[in-house]
Amino acid sequence: MGSHGIKDQVAIIGMGCTPFTEHWDKGPDELLVDAATEAFADAGVAKADVDAYWLGTAMSGMSGMALSRPLQLDNKPVTRIENFCATGAESLRNAAYAVASGAYDLAMAIGVEKVKDSGYQGLVGASKSPTDGTGRTLTAAAMFAMCAPAYGAKYGVSDEQMREVLARISWKNHYNGARNPRAQFRKEVSMETICNAPLMAGGLGVFDCSGVADGSAAVIICRAEDAHRYTDTPMYIKALAFVAGNCSGNADPAYDYTWFPEIHASAVDAYAQAGVTDPRGQIAMAEVHDCFTPAELLIMEDLGFAERGTAWKEELAGTFDLKGELPVNPDGGLKSFGHPVGASGLRMVFEAWLQMRGKAPEQRRIETTKKLALTHNLGGYPGEMVSFCGIYGTELG
Amino acid sequence: MRGIISAGGYVPYRRLQRSQITTFFGSGGGKGTRSVASFDEDTTSMGVEAARACLRATAARPDSVWFASASPAYLEKTNATTIHAALRLDTDVAAFDMGGAVRSGVGVLAAAFRSSDTVLVVTSDIRGGLPTSADEQATGDAAAAILVGDDDAGGSGGAGSSVIAEYLGGASVSEEFVDRWRLPGETRSKAWEEKFGETKYLPLGDQAWNAALKNAGIEADQVNRLIVTGPHTRAVRALAGRLSVSTVNAKEALVDDLAASVGQTGTAHPALLLSSALEGAEAGQVIVLVSVVDGVDVLVFRTTEAIRGYRAARPVASQIANAADLPYGKYLSWRDVVTLEPPRRPEPDRISASVASRNDDWKFAFVASRDRSSGALHMPPARVSRDGGTIDDMEDAPMSEVIGTVAAITIDRIAYSPSPPIVFAVVDFDGGGRLPVELCDVDAASVKVGDRVEMTFRRLFSADGIHNYFWKARPVR
Repeated sequence: MGSHGIKDQVAIIGMGCTPFTEHWDKGPDELLVDAATEAFADAGVAKADVDAYWLGTAMSGMSGMALSRPLQLDNKPVTRIENFCATGAESLRNAAYAVASGAYDLAMAIGVEKVKDSGYQGLVGASKSPTDGTGRTLTAAAMFAMCAPAYGAKYGVSDEQMREVLARISWKNHYNGARNPRAQFRKEVSMETICNAPLMAGGLGVFDCSGVADGSAAVIICRAEDAHRYTDTPMYIKALAFVAGNCSGNADPAYDYTWFPEIHASAVDAYAQAGVTDPRGQIAMAEVHDCFTPAELLIMEDLGFAERGTAWKEELAGTFDLKGELPVNPDGGLKSFGHPVGASGLRMVFEAWLQMRGKAPEQRRIETTKKLALTHNLGGYPGEMVSFCGIYGTELG
Repeated sequence: MRGIISAGGYVPYRRLQRSQITTFFGSGGGKGTRSVASFDEDTTSMGVEAARACLRATAARPDSVWFASASPAYLEKTNATTIHAALRLDTDVAAFDMGGAVRSGVGVLAAAFRSSDTVLVVTSDIRGGLPTSADEQATGDAAAAILVGDDDAGGSGGAGSSVIAEYLGGASVSEEFVDRWRLPGETRSKAWEEKFGETKYLPLGDQAWNAALKNAGIEADQVNRLIVTGPHTRAVRALAGRLSVSTVNAKEALVDDLAASVGQTGTAHPALLLSSALEGAEAGQVIVLVSVVDGVDVLVFRTTEAIRGYRAARPVASQIANAADLPYGKYLSWRDVVTLEPPRRPEPDRISASVASRNDDWKFAFVASRDRSSGALHMPPARVSRDGGTIDDMEDAPMSEVIGTVAAITIDRIAYSPSPPIVFAVVDFDGGGRLPVELCDVDAASVKVGDRVEMTFRRLFSADGIHNYFWKARPVR
């Protein structure tokens, strides 16, 4: 028994990522074709070379045929994956294990979401399963909003300080997004504007919430020993950890909404798989699931980037800025890159793919000598959450 | 001895200042307030609240639930079964609706005293009229429940039930004439010129009064408390004046009809006033209830020694004292007179009858489960314990009467609600158990972490004509 991981067994050899935006002129089919085409070209392989596919989509299609039809795949295995907002990361995890097992030589994981066809702002739940009507009707914004006052009360952060901390996170991610041509929001936003935005839920204003965008991202992987057949600059998978919580946080009075146990557990597993002992010292950059600003705050502590009760100071001090000690969300994060649910987990890997190989645009390129990148992708809400944590590096060992 | 074992009135939290109607329209309105059922209440959910209060004050349990309303939440489908489920009564307890007419409220009460069952009478009404109408300002929303039975014969509750007010007798007189009417599907009722009704009701009132006192073996000058009520304000006032003259003390005999604070609540009002009268009653008092609508019904009671030990679970008087004003615009939107812009979110789907049925105990009676080995409380009930992992080793944990504390709170301005914003709290229940649940009867800004809350039965929404009932939390007041 044990979670052993597949460190250095699987390599990423090519990726694609569409702009994330309100693609009024594109549906999931077009977005999938765009991302897949870019990934095939990036890896220098043809569609027919890829032996198996994993399609991650939370609500934009059912079954593997949601990919095999638009790509016109020729009797290839396609698995459709859904795991809330961590769907994209899950598609990679499953594809990577298939390649590591030796079952396939080349596999693609591709995520897509078309969220702007509902006629509503924000995300509209996909599940139409009949219910007894007793479930919560709360938005994700309202659920995550509960974390800020809980954290503030526990660690002595006043409401005014917390407003500044959350605004700083949003400001940082907008600053980074402004330097990313694929991002949904490519504009810096002032602290003042962020603080004075209309309230959505609890103390969260509109700039505390991630962008809602359509988009797709794709990755092509092979066994590590084959990587140099395709590219001189592969990126190796060091860890893929995943936790599905038992939803006890909203049933157990012991949970206090100041941390995410599922994220902490997934990080512990990922660090063990990758052999990371000092996350803050070893991780060069991280893409984390900043669906709402309080999420990024708590995630910094769950990932071990900051001691408990100190992440708010670190955010204010610029530790996680683009030029900070440990850049977090250098591509703008969910906040300004946008959040097409099934694609986001792979979009995060795409930024690691660019940054760790020195291919990120110069205006947002991080400066580091550290060798590892981390992506963190969650789904669900405080108290009931799934969490993915992945680690990647360009060197073996 | 047959009579009243327990009673419970329910007056919703919100009040409309009648002067607001005048301010808004330049006409209509009046003095004082009327009660207003919340957007998430209907006659069934209010009936549940009244019935809970009624049963909380006694150990007796009914073998029948009789529900009456002139504004039932469902036609065809029985509403009493919802109340039955919320009270978690056994399946062999009957549940009947007797609705439609306002008179059904007093009718179901009169019938219960003539029955041999232990009957939980639940009456409930939401009253109103067109803006600026006399009905709009003079009426109110409320529910009341009376447990009727015999001494020490409390149905499944069995021994221990004591009659707090013996039913001495009564009389009903009926006559066909058009006074007040409403067609199915219409929201407003209409009334004939009041003077005509008065000429009909006064002689009927005399007749019923005399017959009832004779039937009860009581003389008028033995009557301590007199309740006279009905939608026909003019006839009620005249009859009350006429009948009270001959009572023990004419000045003090008349029970406050709550017109100034609650309004006339139609089907619910006779039982509501009876509940109210019992709250302050002493032993040995003769209480007479006179209901004036489509005839006159008179019920005569004498309180017993047992009333000394009776404490209303939620006194009507305290519900009247603990109220908050509602802006007239909100009132109009809650009653669907005006339609406000909803949040731009999808409306909920109808609930599944079969899923709801599987989860009846949770959905309607708020019964959680408790792991026998670890004691961990699971809301909703679960088969596998989150603490220790035992499988199918749970016992029922009824939570509807358990108080909780707000552990976290959030105001959701973007979620769908019939009356946004939603105020949501994570509630930790005394003795274990946590549930994120919607708060009601609150002003969003006033709720804090640490506030104490209690559960209340509400209608969350309706879709495809199916009402979705579940529980919300409200501040303990």
